[in-house]
Amino acid sequence: MRFLTALMITWTTAMAGAFAATPGQPTDGHLGLQPAVTPISQDITFFHDLILMPIITVVTLFVMGLLVWVIFRYNRKANPTPGKSTHNTLLEVIWTGIPIVILIVISIWSFPLLYLQDETPEGDFVIKATGYQWNWSYEYPDQGVGEYFSNMVADEDLQPGQLRNLSVDYPVVVPVGATVVLQVTAADVIHNWAMPAFGTKMDAIPGRINEAWFQVEQEGVYYGQCSELCGLRHAFMPIEVHAVSQDVFDAWVALKADDPFSEDANQLIADYQAARNTRLAQLN
Amino acid sequence: MSADSVAHDDHTPSLWSWKRWVYSTNHKDIGTMYLVFAIFAGIIGGFLSGLMRVELMEPGLQVFNNGFWGNEHNYNVATTMHGLIMIFFMVMPAMIGGFGNWFVPLMIGAPDMAFPRMNNISFWLLPAAFALAVISMFVPGTGGENGFGGGWVLYPPLSTTGHNGPAMDLLILSLHIAGVSSILGAINFITTIFNMRAPGMTLHKMPLFVWSVLVTVFLLLLSLPVLAGALTMLLTDRNFGTAFFDPAGGGDPVMFQHLFWFFGHPEVYILILPGFGIISHIVSTFSRKPVFGYLGMAYAMVAIGFIGFIVWAHHMYTVGLPVDLKAYFVAATMVIAVPTGIKIFSWIATMWGGSIEFRTPMMWAIGFIFLFTVGGVTGVVLANAGVDQALHDTYYVVAHFHYVLSLGAVFAIFAGWYYWFEKIFGVKYNSLFARLQFLFFFVGANVIFFPQHFLGLQGMPRRYVDYPDAYALWNEVSTYGYFIMLVGMVFFFLVLVDAMVRRRKADANPWGEGATTLEWTLSSPPPFHQFNELPKIK
Repeated sequence: MRFLTALMITWTTAMAGAFAATPGQPTDGHLGLQPAVTPISQDITFFHDLILMPIITVVTLFVMGLLVWVIFRYNRKANPTPGKSTHNTLLEVIWTGIPIVILIVISIWSFPLLYLQDETPEGDFVIKATGYQWNWSYEYPDQGVGEYFSNMVADEDLQPGQLRNLSVDYPVVVPVGATVVLQVTAADVIHNWAMPAFGTKMDAIPGRINEAWFQVEQEGVYYGQCSELCGLRHAFMPIEVHAVSQDVFDAWVALKADDPFSEDANQLIADYQAARNTRLAQLN
Repeated sequence: MSADSVAHDDHTPSLWSWKRWVYSTNHKDIGTMYLVFAIFAGIIGGFLSGLMRVELMEPGLQVFNNGFWGNEHNYNVATTMHGLIMIFFMVMPAMIGGFGNWFVPLMIGAPDMAFPRMNNISFWLLPAAFALAVISMFVPGTGGENGFGGGWVLYPPLSTTGHNGPAMDLLILSLHIAGVSSILGAINFITTIFNMRAPGMTLHKMPLFVWSVLVTVFLLLLSLPVLAGALTMLLTDRNFGTAFFDPAGGGDPVMFQHLFWFFGHPEVYILILPGFGIISHIVSTFSRKPVFGYLGMAYAMVAIGFIGFIVWAHHMYTVGLPVDLKAYFVAATMVIAVPTGIKIFSWIATMWGGSIEFRTPMMWAIGFIFLFTVGGVTGVVLANAGVDQALHDTYYVVAHFHYVLSLGAVFAIFAGWYYWFEKIFGVKYNSLFARLQFLFFFVGANVIFFPQHFLGLQGMPRRYVDYPDAYALWNEVSTYGYFIMLVGMVFFFLVLVDAMVRRRKADANPWGEGATTLEWTLSSPPPFHQFNELPKIK
């Protein structure tokens, strides 16, 4: 049993790429999902890494094993006279029945996850995200922050620490632990607001308002990208979310409410992240 | 064979007479034209994927960098046209038009298709449709850029207000014409299979390839009119002021997605089902055993076809469907794994106890079974809407559907190609080259697509001309895979050239006692008109 547990832990960490992976962004060469920082993405990671991956790996290896076995055991040299069997009712019942059982096992986790994602809890506040060709705009109606646009930082303007194709000029900021309700729509064509670390992915469709929710449990900077083909610069309208402490968020909101494009607000977040990075560097 | 039919053979028109091909009503000639057409379209579709893979080999813009190949829009055009060409002008013509035309009449003991002249128009509509699709790449699409870059799914508003140039209109007409071609073909196959089977060949004695084509053409007949309707609504939205998909006029873009995927999901089974039939014959032939669980195999295909019509919204888990609806589509989608599993296990059971000979087609078939299994299990992962929320529209999906199509359907096509090559062309092929092609394809395709699972899990979205630097490694590996596969293509053409130059006379049945279907009772190539006296099936 202890061996199994160890195996499972090794497996999960390898899948999640927990070694040297910064949460919120992809890591080169990694094999699994990005580190999970919300209840939804933690459930997705559990379901994928510990339920689905073992099942599909075993099934694939089983089929491969059968193929290798027939190749060696029933080739013309090993078995010159072919058998005649073309029916075996018991066998057919088994290979119909066992997949059904496996699917039922999968659904034990699949449906609760689906309902967790889809049934928005009582939120602390709402962020409205609107997709444009080719940038996102955000509003915080509950805090009185008017619409501001969030554009990708061009390659030549990248500051140290910013990521090519991922960093934006005016990011989204949320307090850690808050339940945020995200309302997504689009102004021209369909876009998709996707954030791998949150397990959030919601189509932004003109004429509709779609709802998603997330609760970030860990401070940090999280990057996502538009995930529905929207034309020429589809690859260049990223999403950047900063999860900060409540007081920093309050100060940021106060500045933003006066001026949605407040540089002071940006500076506040930048200072906060710089301080956090220093702290993290000291810890390591 | 009577003296009469021998006399007919002597009237085989010359290979170089243009009338033989343009006016053709002969199912074998039309089948050959479909195969040649599919190879031609496949070269273009494969070339487009090469442009994409070279672009993605490293971060930044290498190919679509405002130079000769254009900009990011042209990359989107390449992905769009790669998809449409491979689906409508490569896999479908090869499987249904090519192998279907050639071997459905031969396998059921019929002299030809039920409507030979309709067969001619079915084929000749395709080059017209293909021409329209290719021309669309070179006429204005949006904002001064040429071509339609909205993805093969053609979602509005990107395909309506998002692309105001004539490129999208040409594409709509192209797909309309390709659809008409397929519907006519479907009517022809249904009539042929129901009415022209040789005496004694009941439906339950029919070869599995014929079963697979029968199910496929029913899917075509039922799903293509829905696509035609959706395309027509796009056309009128674009040109005649309607607002089916425009929220400003009371329409809904999501309605198009429902209509499209009501066609689109059966469509992906249309692409793979004939492959199931081909693989069944090859596995049985080279194991020298009848197919295990024949009826189960036939009705598994019927079940897959039926379920294929009631799972479409699993392509739309992120559009904001009601949660109970999603739960239904999760359940329905996972059910598909059951009949598919029956097929995989029945193929293995056919080999079990057999006396397997690893001739070229059998290598492709075993490759197919393994790779289709890999594509199948990732399909079960994606069926779960909860996980799909992380993987939707990422490279995981790209990897999944290329495992079942590029590695599944295409491997089945090459398996069939090398199984029936001698029968079709009447000459032998160099099996060393054919095996080398298999080797390079097997390795190359896996190197291309397996790392894409990792990219998808790490969150890399589809249809991206440029990506954050952290996706560099697996993209580079993936592109190497493309070059490996390219070497495989070289061997494919070497096989053709070798066969043409050496012209070694083919045997009527090169595969021995395991090949039991009717086409092997005829010469290779078969006489221009066969079965003037119908064979009797016991």
